Amino acid sequence: MTRSIWKGPFVDTCLFKQKKIRWRIWSRRSCILPQFVGCYAQIYNGKGFVGLKITEEMVGHKFGEFASTRKTSSLGKRALPSKTKIKPIKKVR
Amino acid sequence: MAAMAVSLASAMSNVSLGAPSCSGLRIASSSTPSVSLALPSTGYKRVQGLPYLSIRCARVGGVEVPNAKRIEISLQYIHGIGKTTARQILLDVELENKHTRDLSEEELTKLRDEVSKYMIEGDLRRFNTLAIKRLKDIQCYRGKRHIMGLPCRGQHTKCNARTRRGKKVTVAGKKKAPGK
Repeated sequence: MTRSIWKGPFVDTCLFKQKKIRWRIWSRRSCILPQFVGCYAQIYNGKGFVGLKITEEMVGHKFGEFASTRKTSSLGKRALPSKTKIKPIKKVR
Repeated sequence: MAAMAVSLASAMSNVSLGAPSCSGLRIASSSTPSVSLALPSTGYKRVQGLPYLSIRCARVGGVEVPNAKRIEISLQYIHGIGKTTARQILLDVELENKHTRDLSEEELTKLRDEVSKYMIEGDLRRFNTLAIKRLKDIQCYRGKRHIMGLPCRGQHTKCNARTRRGKKVTVAGKKKAPGK
């Protein structure tokens, strides 16, 4: 269920105190505010930190949306196309 | 061909019913013009050279809307107009839910003006694709799911999710569960 509008965006208070140099964010649930635009943030994903340059389009999204907590499955590798190139067939006239 | 062009031009708008020239319907094709039968006017203008073919459609919002259905239903042939919007439009224009072919030119223009207030067809499609493209560009979770072609509203994907994932593709050499 979506958050009701009259409450306004949710932001953890710790985000306002932090220095903007090497800005590490554990609060993935916080909203990205317009004043954060241009900062370089590092978002915790449960194991490490994922770097993110905050742009204007990201305002309104949550920090957690930009740092995946899942490993990509190994099945995905199999689906990648092979590197060997197929030569184009020459036209015979 | 000239007759065709005229009929197509008339297809853009509803032709007034009961025109004096088409009160009698010819049964035979145009090669035998002597045989004619006086039938009550059916409301469809007969196209010369093309017997039993009627090209007549009302055009609302840049889409041809079927003639034989009631206007509430035929409005839903426009992309972006569903049941609720169609009903709302009829309420706003204060139109009776008539068959589309029975609508007069005035009523049609009224309808067109009302429909143009909504976001429909190409505009709507462009709006949607742009919204998805924005998600893809900022690489947020939903955007990534769109790129991968997986559901982005938290559904399970262990099985099913076939609407997004497409038809099943069998993986060769996949091991069966042990103990069988």
